[in-house]
Amino acid sequence: MATTPSQTVGPFFAIELPYDNGRYVVPDGTPGAIWLTGRVLDGAGEPVPDALVESWQADPAGAFGGDFRGFGRSGTDADGRWAILTLKPGTITAHPVRRGHDETPQAPHVDLVVFARGLLRQVVTRLYFADEGQANAADPVLGGLDEQARATLVAARVDDGYELDIHLQGPHETTFFAV
Amino acid sequence: MTDTARRASGLVAATFRPDPEGTHPPLDYAGYKSTALRHPSRPLVPLPQMLTETTAPVFGEDRVTAADADLTRQHEGEPQGERIIVYGRVLEDDGRPVPNTLVEIWQANAAGRYRHAGDQHPAPLDPHFSGGGRCLTDAQGRFRFVTIKPGAYPWGNHHNAWRPAHIHFSVFGRAFLQRLVTQMYFPGDPLFFQDPIFNSVADPAARERMICRFDLEQTQPEWALAYQFDIVLRGAEATPMEDH
Repeated sequence: MATTPSQTVGPFFAIELPYDNGRYVVPDGTPGAIWLTGRVLDGAGEPVPDALVESWQADPAGAFGGDFRGFGRSGTDADGRWAILTLKPGTITAHPVRRGHDETPQAPHVDLVVFARGLLRQVVTRLYFADEGQANAADPVLGGLDEQARATLVAARVDDGYELDIHLQGPHETTFFAV
Repeated sequence: MTDTARRASGLVAATFRPDPEGTHPPLDYAGYKSTALRHPSRPLVPLPQMLTETTAPVFGEDRVTAADADLTRQHEGEPQGERIIVYGRVLEDDGRPVPNTLVEIWQANAAGRYRHAGDQHPAPLDPHFSGGGRCLTDAQGRFRFVTIKPGAYPWGNHHNAWRPAHIHFSVFGRAFLQRLVTQMYFPGDPLFFQDPIFNSVADPAARERMICRFDLEQTQPEWALAYQFDIVLRGAEATPMEDH
């Protein structure tokens, strides 16, 4: 059987996809919760007010598959801003196939995908944390990127969490991945 | 990074096959004007498939109730239009079903109007139709919706541009890299030839896979036409790296 093609999410996905609880990977008031936030911007530097950002991540211990929901979903507002309340993921040391083997640890990160009118398929990126300098320096994905490409993935610490703008195009274009 | 280097670095996980060229649309597609300022202009960077990419969220009853799969019963009265059943399975490319995965749909009403502030098409809204629904697939990967056949509608992409009737689908799968948002079209639509979104898929056989199949057997006499739409996600390679 052959794969079903992707099509754009279009301008009207808000009928269904953003849901009340979507932005809350953890409930408001959860100890240690952080807001991941930023803007989605187009090639002219203008906000993209009709994008959808989804996040997927490990729990604070660096594990998947437990009680932690791990998934967040936020539409963007008129300023192109998205926001997801979550817990900071841990360093990932486990390996899905060869459990128990020594693996290159991955710095704490959150996978982000962006859907929008004008994107015929989603784009995939990662959010890393600026205050994880040592882990970031050893991360196998960041290690494969030049300095400029790496910088587009590292979220800055702000009062209530971390902030990272996603530039779909242009001089500050975010590093997007083929997975 | 070569496969050998990836293995040496411990990055090889259960790997999912790439889709053949032409399966998915390019991000830069001139025929669809909104792509102009929204497509990344630099090449995508290959990302080894690691835990974050090969795991996926699990959804439960907090997101879905049984009533959510019937879009004709979300209001006091019944919506206008042609009642239809849309059913199918979520599968991987080896035919393996994807159970308990979230399927979300949204669509225009029978007049071709979305219940969305951004839709200014001068066609009537239907007070009995919201146009959103969701369900979880069962153990065999099956889903089933009852809804109304959406209408075609004009859009501003080019002179006299019309979207073929379609229902938007969002599907998760068992790995985040299988995440798929697509559109389901109806057989024999006369608008296909002029639609850049449909035609952004280069491979004609792949385009056909976005068109549902009319199914008389599942059509309910005196009640509703049925259409079958199977959704196929990227499948995994065998895992030769696994320890034995």
